[in-house]
Amino acid sequence: MDDDIILETSGLTKEFKGFFAVHSVALRVRRGDIHALIGPNGAGKTTCFNLLTKFLAPTEGTIHYKGRDITRANPADIARMGLVRSFQISAVFPNLTALENVRVALQRKLGNSFQFWRSERSLLGLHERAEELLDSVGLADFRDVPAGELAYGRKRALEIATTLALDPEMLLLDEPMAGMAHGDVDRVAQLIRRVSANRTILMVEHNLSVVADLSDRITVLQRGEVLAEGTYAEISSNPEVIEAYMGSGHD
Amino acid sequence: MNGRIIAAAALAIGILAPFTGIYTVFLMKALCFALFACAFNLLLGFAGLLSFGHAAFFGLAAYVTAHGVKEWGLTPELGILAGTAVAAVLGLGFGGLAIRRQGIYFAMITLALSQMVYFFCLQAPFTHGEDGIQAVPRGYLFGFIDLMQPMNMYYTVLAIFVFGFAVIHRAVHSPFGQVLKAIRDNEQRAISLGYRTERYKLAAFVLSAALAGMAGSTKALVFQLASLTDAHWHASGEVVLMTLLGGMGTIAGPAVGAFLVVAIQNYLAESGAWVTIIQGVIFIIVVLSFRRGILGEVVGFVAKRKATPAAKPLEPRPASAITGE
Repeated sequence: MDDDIILETSGLTKEFKGFFAVHSVALRVRRGDIHALIGPNGAGKTTCFNLLTKFLAPTEGTIHYKGRDITRANPADIARMGLVRSFQISAVFPNLTALENVRVALQRKLGNSFQFWRSERSLLGLHERAEELLDSVGLADFRDVPAGELAYGRKRALEIATTLALDPEMLLLDEPMAGMAHGDVDRVAQLIRRVSANRTILMVEHNLSVVADLSDRITVLQRGEVLAEGTYAEISSNPEVIEAYMGSGHD
Repeated sequence: MNGRIIAAAALAIGILAPFTGIYTVFLMKALCFALFACAFNLLLGFAGLLSFGHAAFFGLAAYVTAHGVKEWGLTPELGILAGTAVAAVLGLGFGGLAIRRQGIYFAMITLALSQMVYFFCLQAPFTHGEDGIQAVPRGYLFGFIDLMQPMNMYYTVLAIFVFGFAVIHRAVHSPFGQVLKAIRDNEQRAISLGYRTERYKLAAFVLSAALAGMAGSTKALVFQLASLTDAHWHASGEVVLMTLLGGMGTIAGPAVGAFLVVAIQNYLAESGAWVTIIQGVIFIIVVLSFRRGILGEVVGFVAKRKATPAAKPLEPRPASAITGE
């Protein structure tokens, strides 16, 4: 049973000067699931996310990833363990081309990243894989365009390609649909589904139809605490959730 | 390919320059500052770190070389190596302390540390305080090239500059340079890809400090003098000025800026206080109207005409990227 849990928190708490942004959260993410973290504004989703990705240190509680305690690990280390995050604002390297963006992620495993005396040509071997990844998100035609010049939806696609370059076991997506046009939402949702094939995904997302469509399990946060957890069907029929989050106006 | 032609042309100009009747000491001074500025720009333009203490490396290396050559009888090449090595070690110390902070805090820590080095240079007995180390012998390079001959000295300085520039060029276009640019563009993202970014920034800092030191050591031999001027925070400010004038984030821009600033100082020297005013005005004009610097604008213009986006120079970053939120 416990083998099925890839990420687990217990008593996870973040206090900002007397304010509990996240309070005693116990989260269990099953291997292979798409798990969504939802909740009204100020529920502590983003704080929770930053705790999991180690960009914030918890006040109390523990985080275990694949049975290892990562409560005190630093963000670069957990990325090396296969737990990779995305960002709410599209996180690309704007002055690098699309290809270079993906390549820089592939490059780390090569182990030559401190070699300032070697030519860039030593990275040519990565181009094939980088192009495959760009192709998989529909960016093949943009390989030499600086990422900063790409349209918003394409930046997000590039970010996903870059993340996939690490071949992570688990992805943490911070509002993957934020600020996206309608057409892009469907495309990225498909992409997430495709990517989830042999991975675990935990995402914070506002777009409820996306959550309903993609998620295996959902955790609802309210005022820093877990309000409910279950499938979309269970969650959406939970009176407390309807009261707190969806409001009476929701169908 | 175009880059190679330009590089070859620049090298040819460098080789032929002394025959045009331009004062070689001016050329050598400009080359030393050009290397200093390029080394500084490795940090500012490619790692996004604004150091306000680079004079410490430039100045202290000059003292080490001058002392080593004059008092210990080191050969010029060993003197320069010693200065470079000391600058690298100092860079490791500075970097280790400063790298954990961003933006203005980073700049202030480097400034504070370089002020400490300045006071060390003022007080330590071997530096001779206000007098500096004078009458430094240039000696014989590799034991047989007499550097008292102006041409020999000039080509030595040119070779050192070309070497330093080549190191920077390679570093920028290396696997390491790729990571560095990624960190400059978005450090949080680089961390999330598993890079321990502080180590890369520290490595860049040490490399930059070492090359800045090499420039200072060379200058000590050229002028046969190591003085407080080179360790003063004015020199730290000047190198920022040169880099921004020429174009940060372009590899050769800072060299252009250095030549411009040194030329202004040299040829307008008789106008006295006006030099700083002219410098200030030029600086303001460049910062206000060509934010990418002189070379940055040229590269941008050419890239636009050819519409090859890959050659595009850096966009000026928003102020928040410099000051760190």
